[in-house]
Amino acid sequence: MNGDDKKNASHRLSSRLVQAAFLAIVLLLWFLATTKWGVSRILLPNPVNVWHQLVDIVASGAFIPDLRVTLGELAAAFAIAMSLGVTIGYLISRSRYWIRVFEPLLSAIYAIPIILFLPLYVLLLGLGPASKIALGATISFFPIVLSTIAGFGYVDRRLLTAARSMGANNIQMFRHVLLPAALPVILAGLRLGFTVALLSVIASETIASFAGLGHHIVDLAENMDTARMFAYIAVVIAIVAFLNAVVSKIEGRARWR
Amino acid sequence: MAVTGAKTARPAAGPAAACFRRWLMRHPGVARAGVVILLVAVWEIAARFFLDRDFISPPSTVLASLGELFRTPGVLSALWLTLYEITIGFILSAIIGAAIGLAVGLNRFAHQSFMPIILLLYGLPQITILPIFVLVFGIGVASKIAFGVSHGMFPIMIAVAAGVQKIEPVYFNSARSMGASRWHLLRYVIFPHLVPSFFTGLRLGMSGVLLGVLLAELYVSTAGIGYFTSIFTQNFDATKLIGLVSVLAAIAIALNESVRRIELHYARWRD
Repeated sequence: MNGDDKKNASHRLSSRLVQAAFLAIVLLLWFLATTKWGVSRILLPNPVNVWHQLVDIVASGAFIPDLRVTLGELAAAFAIAMSLGVTIGYLISRSRYWIRVFEPLLSAIYAIPIILFLPLYVLLLGLGPASKIALGATISFFPIVLSTIAGFGYVDRRLLTAARSMGANNIQMFRHVLLPAALPVILAGLRLGFTVALLSVIASETIASFAGLGHHIVDLAENMDTARMFAYIAVVIAIVAFLNAVVSKIEGRARWR
Repeated sequence: MAVTGAKTARPAAGPAAACFRRWLMRHPGVARAGVVILLVAVWEIAARFFLDRDFISPPSTVLASLGELFRTPGVLSALWLTLYEITIGFILSAIIGAAIGLAVGLNRFAHQSFMPIILLLYGLPQITILPIFVLVFGIGVASKIAFGVSHGMFPIMIAVAAGVQKIEPVYFNSARSMGASRWHLLRYVIFPHLVPSFFTGLRLGMSGVLLGVLLAELYVSTAGIGYFTSIFTQNFDATKLIGLVSVLAAIAIALNESVRRIELHYARWRD
């Protein structure tokens, strides 16, 4: 037993070493490619340059105006998707029959790459924030509504019968039986909805817009300012990771209550 | 609250109406079709009488002008080009995903070391690096295929690696004790066990490839469907734009559905 544990621990340590070595090799190859092997600066900027740009972006806060635009669009998109998704999902879940009517329909639409609607939204709503909000809301609506249906619709029947037979009224039913049983599933859907809303807002900014994090990356690419673009991409990835971590944390907290 | 029990039957207007209601209750598909027809009808009426024709077009007009859309010079070849990008991207994703997934899955140490890196890369918001793909691969076909592969290969890789890891060690041991060579292990133990997870990976990979190719097409395109969506948008040609988007959605559904069918077919042997 003890020997096995030791073996596992040493395995884990060497795994970490391999990972560190992998990262170091990638960085080294990147550095050599730009300094020794003459890979074009426009295609692959010098890592040292990228680092300087990264420090500059973070220190000067140059990303904040774009971040504000993106966050505003994200908040609007997610608010729309959440209120519509949870309400419609709840209404559908009230009847087994409606679940059987609507759930396959919603899953079928969910299987389409909804990014295809972006040109339609741009035509309808223009290049401003409205088309991004609409796309983000559409894309994140589906995981939210489907998980709400799954959450409320498939509560264990024995729980419902037991609560009824103990004389629970509709409000007590909802508050003490339906909601606690459904909440974990709905929260998982909301977290997924948040992530896809964030990604689709950035994607639609990348494809067609005047402002926002996604647009700024494209701007730098079009000016061939690749070093700053790499640094900016790193900042955006960090922001996305941070937001997702925050949402996961909130989900974990809410689940515990 | 029908969740708590059967819906209390309303007093029937007549035996025929009650009969029809009961028939409808047994066939939710009919009601589903009714919902779809209702939505299309609302769209038709709204677009025909209330909304601006520059921005939205009624479904009947879209349907009637599908022929005209296909006769628009370049549209048909743009659709073929996009289908070509998706196909090549899917094949490359399958090959790369299966090879790396096998390599990482077969060795426990490799799995422990490289799986976290793969999962990390898979979790990155890839849309942020789309401009890099265009800088490196150009605005032509190559950048679309590459972006499709970068979206499609990770789910396949992860599914294959997980599939190999899930194989019970007792199968390996008994095969080895019966004198199986490495090739025999691969052919008769690993490969058959891998088939279901490989096809699950393929299904997820297909939606990844579709997303990647379409994102790259919409971002910048000189001959694919992305070129035409931007042309139609600039010309306020709502009819053709809606038609093109609908055709693409149909293609996406057909591709996803066929991969799902294949998955169901190959996943059957285990249960």
